Order: sequence, then structure tokens, then C-alpha cells
Amino acid sequence: MNFLGTLASRTLGSLALLIVVPTITFFIQGLSPSNVVKGLLGLDATPAQIADLNHRLGLDQPLMLRYARWLANAATGDLGTSYTNHQSVQQILAPRLSVSLSLILGALAVFTIAGVVVGVMSATQGRVVGRVLDVVSTIGVAAPNFWLAVILIALFGVALPIFPATGYVFFSDSPRLWLLSLVLPVVALAFAGITAVAKQTRDQMMLAIHSPWARTLRANGASEVSIVYKHALRNAAAPVITIAGTIFVGALSGSVVIENIFVLPGLGSQSLASALQADLPVVQGIAVYFTIIVVVVNVVIDIAAAILNPKVR
Amino acid sequence: MRLAREYLRRPLGVIAAAFLVLVALAVIAAPLIAPYDQLRMDLGHSLALPSAKHWLGTDRLGRDVLSRLLWGGRVSLGGLAEALSVAFAIGVVAGLIAGYVGRGVDNAISRTTEVLMATPGIVVLLMVYGISNNNAHLGMITLGVLCSPSITRVTRAAARAVSQEVYISSAEVLGMGRLRIVFDHVLPNIWGPIIVSTAVLGAVILGIQGGLNYINLGVNPPAASWGGMVSDGQRVLAQQPWLIVPSGLLLTLVIMALMLTADGLRDATASNRSRPARAQAAAARKPSAQAGAGQADASAALSVRGLSVSFSGLEVVRNVSFDVRDGRTLGIVGESGCGKSVTASAALDQLGPGSRIDGEVVFGGVDLNHAPRRVRARTRGAGIAYVSQDPMVALDPCFTVESQLGELIGRHERLRGSRRRARALELLRQVGLPNPADTAARYPHQLSGGMAQRVSIACALAGRPRVLIADEPTTALDVTIQGEILDLLRTLQGETGLAIVLITHDLGVVADLCDRVAVMYAGEIVEIADVESIFDRPAHPYTRGLIDSNPIASKRGSPLPSIPGAVPSPANWPIGCHFGERCRFRTPQCSAGPVPLAPVADASPHQARCIRVGELDLASAGQERRS
Repeated sequence: MNFLGTLASRTLGSLALLIVVPTITFFIQGLSPSNVVKGLLGLDATPAQIADLNHRLGLDQPLMLRYARWLANAATGDLGTSYTNHQSVQQILAPRLSVSLSLILGALAVFTIAGVVVGVMSATQGRVVGRVLDVVSTIGVAAPNFWLAVILIALFGVALPIFPATGYVFFSDSPRLWLLSLVLPVVALAFAGITAVAKQTRDQMMLAIHSPWARTLRANGASEVSIVYKHALRNAAAPVITIAGTIFVGALSGSVVIENIFVLPGLGSQSLASALQADLPVVQGIAVYFTIIVVVVNVVIDIAAAILNPKVR
Repeated sequence: MRLAREYLRRPLGVIAAAFLVLVALAVIAAPLIAPYDQLRMDLGHSLALPSAKHWLGTDRLGRDVLSRLLWGGRVSLGGLAEALSVAFAIGVVAGLIAGYVGRGVDNAISRTTEVLMATPGIVVLLMVYGISNNNAHLGMITLGVLCSPSITRVTRAAARAVSQEVYISSAEVLGMGRLRIVFDHVLPNIWGPIIVSTAVLGAVILGIQGGLNYINLGVNPPAASWGGMVSDGQRVLAQQPWLIVPSGLLLTLVIMALMLTADGLRDATASNRSRPARAQAAAARKPSAQAGAGQADASAALSVRGLSVSFSGLEVVRNVSFDVRDGRTLGIVGESGCGKSVTASAALDQLGPGSRIDGEVVFGGVDLNHAPRRVRARTRGAGIAYVSQDPMVALDPCFTVESQLGELIGRHERLRGSRRRARALELLRQVGLPNPADTAARYPHQLSGGMAQRVSIACALAGRPRVLIADEPTTALDVTIQGEILDLLRTLQGETGLAIVLITHDLGVVADLCDRVAVMYAGEIVEIADVESIFDRPAHPYTRGLIDSNPIASKRGSPLPSIPGAVPSPANWPIGCHFGERCRFRTPQCSAGPVPLAPVADASPHQARCIRVGELDLASAGQERRS
């Protein structure tokens, strides 16, 4: 299969996600309208108030019709209006996007780079270092990110106040403080990913180092440095990038928890507030935003993996 | 059960599983064993450190931490059970259908699985919590659905592998119902990997659920949950950092125990499938004397003397000696498992750690086996080069031919830029590639087998070696290409005076190319002679057998003779003649003691390892059987 053909079919697959995920969340939204309205009005609302609100929010119309209308509006960039403060969903979410992107793209960069470095180390540094890294990574995977986050706050925000414990500074206000405010959340979010990327890197590199072609190169005079750092690393690149994409989806989910812990004004903290208030149009909007982020990252990763794989180039 | 027994051998796994059982029991028994009510506040004793009264201290409202930990475990482990059973049920059913039933369904399920894996699950969860007033059960069921792909995939792959086994198709032919086959034959054979992946998923779910509980999803305070207790602790982090420890640590330990249990199960199922045969009889063998090894031949390009190789104490090659001169070819022949390739690897210094090489590998007057690392590195490629068996995996798939060849040229001749390229093209031309520039720009997967083997040979020639060790260089190729590659080796030898060590199981190749032949059997050379002597006057029954079983030599229409039996594995080498058990000329003497490699006549370069060398006439032994 040629390069563009492979890429086109992968991209189409990713784009399908853009329809599928918001559709799923929309129909979940339609499952229980009465709960929603009760949630909005409180428990002592009268039936008349409920009926009135139902009508005003358009919840008394058939679900398919509401879906069609939402889809048509979403296609033009209109994601609807919040139930609670009557702002447009776009208005609520747009300013928060940069916060979430700083966090999750930062985590993506950290777990990929640190994971590759650790993976290469454990592939090359002999048994003792490999063993130590194994133990550390077992603990790293086991400690849930929210607990890690709280411990990081306790250590580096409270006991040794090197970084702000919570809060966010916009890049435009102060690049330095922006960076400082991101360090702890990014580390907490990226930690589990580092170990997963490291494991993949090590496995792929070991595979390459012991492959028949490495043996042939070695026997014909290639240096071990070249075999490890040029050939094996290059061969590991495509599978490592692919797994980074999978981990990224998980990290995106984790960002909701992390944003709440560090009180970052991003999509994640908004999504929790909106979900707990049953402000469903906002949650639905966040589903669209998150899906777009996943699709964009997937496409970029597919392009990178295709470029790195000579068989599809 | 074998699996259970295997598992019990792993102390870490047993400790982990025991810990999980203990925690689960304590949590189930919370109403009985919790010292206090989880909600009982005692503001006078808030933020207390562990004491005899409160083993794990009290929180900011003076509630007993241990009691809340026990009660909170019911939320955490109960939710885990809900989510995990949903994921397990969906995953196993969907995986079985996809893996066993059929292609159309398989495609649909695989696609769905892919979409689910790329879905940012949190938005679905948030929507579910949003419409259900934060209902814990709905949340966990949704989480189970979202997590099911990992089990679907494992089940599908395992079911697919099993359904291709013969006993499944025979059951189908016998008319067994599909459902019966699944329950009687497929499931029992695949539950190992399914259980392992379920345990791993359990660890993942517990972490996610903790995070959800931390942000108050799926739990309604003041009721305790492990995640929520971390959140409670965080509020008073500055006053009492201890409070983030108990629940977070317990959660981490439970997750770790689940992962260790999964690891143990994985190991146990793996060794359940194929337990390595233990080497039994190493003690029965005496160390062989290095007799007859003699001095290295100074005029030879490569001279191997008394080479023995062992892996973790088990000898696989014993006392092998041979010479190869410039411009000549030595063939090493034998069945698989005879030690041919290990001998070659030892000569190439390509045996990994854990191996032990005794004896000498003399190249250019230096014994490489005892030479410093630097000398050995310098010899690789520039003194002794290597061509491997399967050309399709002999080149790095990620780099072009020119890049790989260029790297070796740069290393050996310190050429850069256009001079390096010119040398690469010259080498490709030398190995008979009609369009060197085109080949140079290609990736390995764009080459045919024959082209790839020519490129491999070019790579081997990059250091202008004196000796080329070729390990079955034509075995993986089409018959027509085989001849071309052998011709190429012959031509190159004529041009460059290369000494070639050719490892093969094919006597046709030997007859075509070699000057001298070493026949190996079970780690030893059993006969070594000029190629004419080997074919005209074989002196060892094994050589005779090899010649007779060569299809080219056999008569048309008559069945191809073969040597009955198989090569004994190194652990089972007899004390006497290694070939004894398969030899039709065997006498009781043959197994009495080690048989030396001896000249067939005084001072003859034709040597054989057979005590009956003088009595047997194998020149025309053909196929007739001794009565």
C-alpha cells in the first residue's frame, strides 16, 4: 500500500471518531431528561416548573430531532447554550482550551521523551540498572496519578515550595510562571506514561539488538554504538510513537482529574463542574473538544509513524 | 491443577495474591471489624496521628481513618467488581465471537474495539454521571464497557489461535455444535491469557476509579472512598500531611498486588505451556582430551584449533579443528543441530554472554579467542566477514542499501561523501547487481531474495575481508537463484583470493563449490577430507548416509534413503561414538569410550572419527543393509 493511501484510510478512521463520540454522548444525554431538569431545579421543584423548563430547553421534543438540530448547528461551529448561565458553550470553553492543551501536550512531550530515555537506558545499561528501573516503573504504574499529584504538591508545593502548589498563570501574563505552574501537573499526568513508553522502547530495542540483521552488521564491522543508537533506536521509533498515541488518550481522561487537583482553569475542571450541575450542553461541547484533540493527535502520530515506516513510504 | 501449582512456585505472586485476599476479606468484614462508625465525628480529636485508640489516626472531622478505610474499600472494591465483571462479560463474549465465529462479525467487532480504544472515555463517563445524579453503579458499568476492548482483543487473539488447531476442525467435522465446541474446546484453552488481562485491567480500573472518587464522581460524601479520602487529606495538607498516606498507599499497594498477580499468572501459564526439558545427563560425560588439536597452520587464512563451545556448562561443540587457505573453500556439512552454526558464530565472535569458548581461532597469526577486544573488533568485517542464511532479514529494514553499505565502508575505509558512494556502487556492481544506483536507493523490503543476498555479500565485502564465513547462504533462496549466488561466490573468490567457510546441509552445494569438507555430527567433526575423497571414499558411516540421502545421488524411482533416528541433543551425547545409535555398522566397542579423529591412512589429510575405519569399505556401501 502506498504512503498516501495508508494515511488517507487511517485519517478517515480517525475522522469517523469525530462523529461517533459526540453521537454516543448525545444519546446518553437523551436517556434521562427528567433527572436533568430535577438536577437543575432542585428537589422541591413543582411539576409545572419542571414542564416549563422542559419546554424552554427543548427537552420535550423527540430525541432524533434534537440530535439532528444539534449536529447541524455543531457543523457550523455552534455547540449550543449552557443550561445554567446562558452563555454559549463556545464562549465558555474557548478560553480554557489553551490551558488544557498546555497540560496534555506537555505531558505527551514529557512521557514520550523521558520514556524513550529511560527505555534506552534499561536496554543498554546491563542487568542491575534494568532491574532498578523495573522496580521503579512497577511503583510508577501502580501509584494512581491523583495520589502522585497530591504527593508532589505535599513535597514540592508545601514542604519545599519550589513550585506553586495549585493554580495557573497564562503564558501571555508570564512565561516563567506559566512554566512553573505546569511542572507538577505535567509530571503527575505523565508519570504512568513514562513507564509504558520506556517498556515499549526497551522491548523494541532488545528485539532489534538481537535481530539477525544486527548480528550481520556487527559481524561485518559495524560498531555497537551505531547498532544501538542508530539502528535499534530507529527501528523502535515507529512502534514507540504508536503506543504514545494510545497512552495519550488515557492521559486526556486523566487530565480532568489533574486539572481539578491543581485548580487549572481548563476544559477538565469545567467538565466536572458542568457534569455535577447537569449542564449537559457544556459536557457535550467538551466531548467535541476532546474528540477533536484526539483526532488531531492521532493524525499527527499516523503521519509520523508512516514517515518512519519505510514499508508504507 | 498445573496452573495453580506453577503459580505457587512464585513467592512474589503468592504474597501479592494473599495480600489481595486479606484486603478483600477485611473490607467485606468492615461492619464487624471496623473499630468506629465511619461517619462518627469527634471534633475534639481531629487530625490525630496514629495511636492505640486510632491505629491510623483521625481526619479533619475526628473520624477514625482505619474505619473509613475499611468502609471506603466497599465503594472501591465493589465498584471494581462491577466494572470488571461488565468488561469481562463483554470482552469474553465479543472476543470469542470475533475470534471464532466469522470474518464479517470479526471486522465489525474489531472496528468497534478500535473506536472504543480511541475514545476519550472520560467524556462518556461525565455524561453518564451528569444525567444520573452522580450514580456510582451506572458509572462503574460505563467504565466496564469503556475498558472492555483490552479483554476483547486478548480473547479474540487467543480464540483465533486455538480455532486454527487441528482438534477444533476435527470437532467441526464430527458435527459438534459451535457452542459446544466453544465451551468444551476453545474456552478451556484460552482462559490463561484472559485471566491475566483481567487482572491487569483490574489494576487500571482501580486507578481510574480512585481518580473519579477523588473528584467526587461516583461517591457522595460524607461516605468514605479511598480516592475521596486522599481528597479529604489534601484539604488539610499543610496541617497534617499524614492523612494523604493511608488511603493512597493502600490503593497503590492493591494495584501493585494486582499487577504482580497478573505477572505471576502470566509466567505460570507460559511455563505451563512449555516447560523446558531439563538437561539430565551432563554428569555422565567425561571432559574430552584436546588430543589431535595440534598447532595452528601458519599458512592458512583461518585456522581453528580445538574449538569447544558450551552454554551454561553444557557443551554443544567439542574439539573442532580445521584450516582454510586463501582462495580455497571449506565446507562444513551436517544435519541441523550438529553445531555447524555455533562453530561459525564462535569463529565470528558472535556468541552472546553465557557462552564459553575454548580453543583457538587463529587469524593472521593471532588467536582471536584470547585476543583483546580491540583486536577482535578490528578483525570483524575487515579480516573475517559474514553472510547469513536468510537475506530478507539480514538487512536493517529501516535504512536504504546505500546507507547500510556506506556505514560499513565508512567504518572500514574512512571514506566520506562521493567517494564513499562510489565505493558502494562499485561493490554493488562487483556482486553482479545490474543497476547499482537503483539498488542503492532501495529499502530492503523492495529487494528480491536474490538481490538481497547479493547486497548482503556486498556488505560482507565492504571491509575487504580475507575470510568469508557464509552460513547456509542459499538455503532461503529459489533453486535458480541458488546457483547464481554460488557462481557469484566462486567469481569473487577468483577475483579477490577470498577464503570461504561455507556452512551447509546440502552436499550438492559442497560438491559445487568446496575444496575441502568437514562433516559434523552432534558437536564433533566426524570426517574431514578433500572433496573428492569425501564423495569417492567416505570413511565414516554418517558421511556415507548423508551422500546416500542426497536426492541428486539417488536412483530414479527408488525411495530416497534416509538415516533413521535423530541427532542426539547435547545433553544426551553418549560417551562413545556420537553416531553409534544410528549406525548400521555399530559394534559394542563403538560405545566403549570417546572415539578420536584419526587419519584413515598414515599421515593422510583424510581423517575420520570411526574405530572401524580400516575394516569398512564405504566407497560403494550404497543402500544394501548388513544382515
